[in-house]
Amino acid sequence: MSEILPLTMMRLDQKGIVHSIAGGRGMAARLSALGIRPGVKICKRSALLGHGPVIVTAGTGEVAVGHQIAARIMVKVDE
Amino acid sequence: MRIVLVGNPNVGKSTIFLQLTGVNVTISNYPGTTVDFTRGSLTHGDRRVEVIDAPGTYGLEGHSEAERVAVELLEKGDIILNVVDATNLERNLNLTLQLLALGKPMVVALNMWDETKHKGIEIEAKKLSALLGVPVVTTSGRTGEGLAGLPEALFKARAASWPPMDSEQRWVKIGEIIKQVQNLAHRRHTWLERLQDLSVHPFLGFPLAILVLGGVFRLIIGAGEAVSDLIALGLQHVYTPFILRLHGALAGLPWLHAVLLGRVTAAGFDYETAMGVLTTGVFVAFGLVLPFVFLFYSTLGFLEDLGYLPRVAVLFDRLLHRIGVHGYSVIPMLLGCGCNVPGVLAVRNLESRRERFITAVIIATTIPCTAQTAMVVRTVGERAPGYILLTVFSLGAVWIVLGRILALTVRGSTPTLLLEMPPYRLPEPRLWAKKTIMRTRCFLAEAVPYFLGGVAFVNLLQIAGAIRFLGHLATPVIKGILGLPAQAVAAMIVGIIRKDAAMAMLAPLGLNDAQIVVATLVLVLYFPCVATFAVLWRELGPRDLAKAIGIMAITALSTGGALRFLLALVPNPLLLAVLILGGAVLLAIRRPSRDEESEAQEAPARSLVKEK
Repeated sequence: MSEILPLTMMRLDQKGIVHSIAGGRGMAARLSALGIRPGVKICKRSALLGHGPVIVTAGTGEVAVGHQIAARIMVKVDE
Repeated sequence: MRIVLVGNPNVGKSTIFLQLTGVNVTISNYPGTTVDFTRGSLTHGDRRVEVIDAPGTYGLEGHSEAERVAVELLEKGDIILNVVDATNLERNLNLTLQLLALGKPMVVALNMWDETKHKGIEIEAKKLSALLGVPVVTTSGRTGEGLAGLPEALFKARAASWPPMDSEQRWVKIGEIIKQVQNLAHRRHTWLERLQDLSVHPFLGFPLAILVLGGVFRLIIGAGEAVSDLIALGLQHVYTPFILRLHGALAGLPWLHAVLLGRVTAAGFDYETAMGVLTTGVFVAFGLVLPFVFLFYSTLGFLEDLGYLPRVAVLFDRLLHRIGVHGYSVIPMLLGCGCNVPGVLAVRNLESRRERFITAVIIATTIPCTAQTAMVVRTVGERAPGYILLTVFSLGAVWIVLGRILALTVRGSTPTLLLEMPPYRLPEPRLWAKKTIMRTRCFLAEAVPYFLGGVAFVNLLQIAGAIRFLGHLATPVIKGILGLPAQAVAAMIVGIIRKDAAMAMLAPLGLNDAQIVVATLVLVLYFPCVATFAVLWRELGPRDLAKAIGIMAITALSTGGALRFLLALVPNPLLLAVLILGGAVLLAIRRPSRDEESEAQEAPARSLVKEK
């Protein structure tokens, strides 16, 4: 079973595959330059309290994504 | 002929540049250390070529100032050296393919090659070279591996004929390449990686940051005082006899005596209050300030090379959004604690004009440089330790209140944080030492002459009677609002040249405790030193600079006036410090008004429209 969630809703250390970016082309381009684009495996490493940035590993690197962008990254997670 | 080093941020371009050319550049472990380009030259056999270190860029579309600089430099380059982080090959190839489409001779350097082994990454460099159609070499800027062969490879650079592609086509192509050349093996987490997770842990990350940053400043101040006491002792034995002899020699030249030595008598003198260029000037610059500058840059350099700063940026992101900037601004602010000049220069990495303005103003207004901090600790700390806390907390409160006001009034958007987190790397001792020495030498070469010149200048003004005249003019402000004696105007004038020299001038005025705190705060806030002023001009332009100066003047006078009044009401410095900072924090964490919340949510949408 799998379901699609925004990155912000994922549990810590949960893995998944980026399904889509619910944003404009500019945002998608900035994210893909950092290794986050549809089809890429990611793992949520941390999320700071109070709607702070979310930290994910994507490919071989680690990226911090502000809450508002993280909410628009849709991830297919395994149950 | 010209070689341009291009690559994503934080792949080690500057380290390779340094090794190729021997020209000193600042190197750290976070994206955006190089904001401007640096030129150097490389001699290989009988050929001499120019080498340019471009700021890091993710693409060639020119989204940020650094990217635009990189694109411009590429146009002028004859050979491209594309530096690639081998531990992040897939992501880095996005820029590589864009560079290949330019059709210029190119070499790809797979840098950080030593790290791929620890990370379980295997890359077939030969196959990659065949697929890309340009030479590929493996290098490690830190260990020096593969760098000896780099010049040779550069002269064999060739162009490949790649068509321009759109982003989607590029990623498909990159996927194909990666499948053929890269192999990832599973392996256990290292202790550095565990530390990495801990540094941004949802609960523990923030307390850890407070502990680390607080510890660093405690260490700098503690060790700085110990070292400066040692230097003072050394001066007493070696330098004092020389000064006393000079005192005898200059007996017939009273005005030269006043400028160079100040209040020196045959019976002796006090290094802190004599006020001569060769007495107080030399003592403050080398004995009081230099140890702190050196210690600050060595600890900052360690944190930079480790890769801690981007993590601090993430931890403070929420807090900084309350003052209208995002987490990355913490990096220019921390650099500003060393010297405001590199702090203001680093503002260039910020994406929006609003963030650049707010961060630059906050740095220039509320953040004292190490030199000044050293003098504040000395001058204010002599009274009672509580007064240092009062000074620091008051600055913190001004930081918060001024930040809130700027966030509410400066128009424009603040983009959401999006930042790569470099892996922790143990600093390479040789590069770390080199950077610390380079920055300290830079302080000696650029700050000390201004410092000694500033002391001489004021001594001359004093002799000419100009200080008394200006003091008279400024009396309504200095005395009326701030409650300081008219002679304090001399310190204010010197403060425009060097803040640490100005702090030194407060010592002989015989101020009471409250006056010293007020004068110190005003000196920090009222106007940046000449060097900072010059970079503010360059980075902000004359119009925003004029606004910034207005903000500083108002902040300094209102803060100084308010503190004078508050100290009369609550004379206990500790209690007052807690009250002031507490009040400011309450103001900052108050829930944002409805307008602000909705604006914050609209902001990214708006910026997206613009980018399209």
